[in-house]
Amino acid sequence: MNAIVTVLGQDKVGIIAAVCALLAKNNVNILDISQTILQGAFTMVMAVDVEKAAVSVDGLREQLETLGNEMDISIRIQREEIFDAMHRI
Amino acid sequence: MLNHKDILSTIEMIDQQHLDIRTITMGISLLSCCDEFPQKACMKIYDKITRSAENLVKTGEDIEREFGIPIVNKRISVTPMALVAGASRTEDYAPFALAMDGAAKVCGVDFIGGYSALVQKGFTEADKKLIQSIPEALARTELVCSSINVGSTRAGINMDAVAMLGQVVKDTAAATADRDGLGCAKLVIFCNAVEDNPFMAGAFHGPGEAEQVINVGVSGPGVVYHALQAVKGQPLDVAAETIKKTAFRVTRMGQLVAQEASRRLHTPFGIVDLSLAPTPAVGDSVARILEELGVEVCGTHGTTAALALLNDAVKKGGVMASSSVGGLSGAFIPVSEDEGMIAAARKGTLCLDKLESMTCVCSVGLDMIAVPGDTPAETIAAIIADEAAIGMVNNKTTAVRLLPAPGKKVGDTIELGGLLGSAPVMPVHPEGSAAFITRGGRIPAPLHSLRN
Repeated sequence: MNAIVTVLGQDKVGIIAAVCALLAKNNVNILDISQTILQGAFTMVMAVDVEKAAVSVDGLREQLETLGNEMDISIRIQREEIFDAMHRI
Repeated sequence: MLNHKDILSTIEMIDQQHLDIRTITMGISLLSCCDEFPQKACMKIYDKITRSAENLVKTGEDIEREFGIPIVNKRISVTPMALVAGASRTEDYAPFALAMDGAAKVCGVDFIGGYSALVQKGFTEADKKLIQSIPEALARTELVCSSINVGSTRAGINMDAVAMLGQVVKDTAAATADRDGLGCAKLVIFCNAVEDNPFMAGAFHGPGEAEQVINVGVSGPGVVYHALQAVKGQPLDVAAETIKKTAFRVTRMGQLVAQEASRRLHTPFGIVDLSLAPTPAVGDSVARILEELGVEVCGTHGTTAALALLNDAVKKGGVMASSSVGGLSGAFIPVSEDEGMIAAARKGTLCLDKLESMTCVCSVGLDMIAVPGDTPAETIAAIIADEAAIGMVNNKTTAVRLLPAPGKKVGDTIELGGLLGSAPVMPVHPEGSAAFITRGGRIPAPLHSLRN
């Protein structure tokens, strides 16, 4: 099962490192990353495989939210199906 | 791999444009709960609802978290109670509403619908008892919603029921006078009611439905409004195309959530209702969409045409996105629940007569409209009759949910709170309709009901 992690916020040092470390700790494999800076705003979209994850998607969501609060950025994880449904026929 | 831009656009829709699933509604048949002894019937009703919907709220919340899409309401609809209560030997139907209310509270749902009767052609004894008990039932319960079907294209309009309900609406307002007549916000009077509507207050689980079913209602006026801003000034067919594409996306999400809920709750998927349901929040208004299409204030000339375009484009976009579309499916125009409608009504541009003409082209009817507290019952009945006639002749669902707030007059505002919003009291015509209403009887079905 795949999920999409999105990170939005003010650019700063260590965002990717912190998010990747959290995912690795939970045995979540990163399949794809795309990242840009738009007018100083950091946006990153990651496709991840949560099949073998140590915790549920909901558990990951809580951890990522906590990390987001600590770093003052918005981090969310959503199952990939929602984006497939909306943007593909 | 999904496109970066698509993913961010979905997130923007959820974060800034109020995209949400308005409701997951579980329909439950209570036909198996009939019992000669009313107490036993109530116990069966309570047990069946709590057993069937035990995991509904938790499942909704799980889906909400995993998919990152807000699911605003979880609700239950049941078999029209008159069909169930009719088997019991009792004159007092309030306990049936209390059983529904108790079960809904235990399940943790927002509303339970189905304190209903279908009387388009005539009354059973149970129908009469149920209708008379509505004021008490709605005053003594918190979550119960009631609906009565008084007409259909096939059967015509039961004007005895219409007259009775004019008084019931007044009595319900009086019974909940301490809450600005809140009871009336939970009472809908239909023509051509649908059996699989997931939206309140008019949801009930029709007698033609399965044992148990999951229906989902989507929302998304904010998303449509935002999409239209990108095509400002362009021809209306371009606007219609834009609405269609947006409705398609929104409905696809509804379909996904419906399937997921159905799988997890081991309950068959019924329908997705494509309605654009507004909320009082800024940026989640149907009226603002009409204004974005070009009418200066909702209610002025051109509003009905703009609404017709919107309603049709929503259906066309949504219908391909779901395997089964049903319910009301169109644009809702509840005045108190729509920030733009409230503003237009305050300004005096949006009046009852204009709203009536708008209901000819949208999905429901005169919805959440505050009228003066001293409006005669016959005038309310006549408003119901007008609306039912529109539904009957045009082969569509129409409904009336009027709020004659006790002690309030034109210029006052009633506060209902939450998603029900607030409503400025609108004037009604002072000339009476009593002689018309007291005639009673039936308005025969129109010629085009003979389609066989």
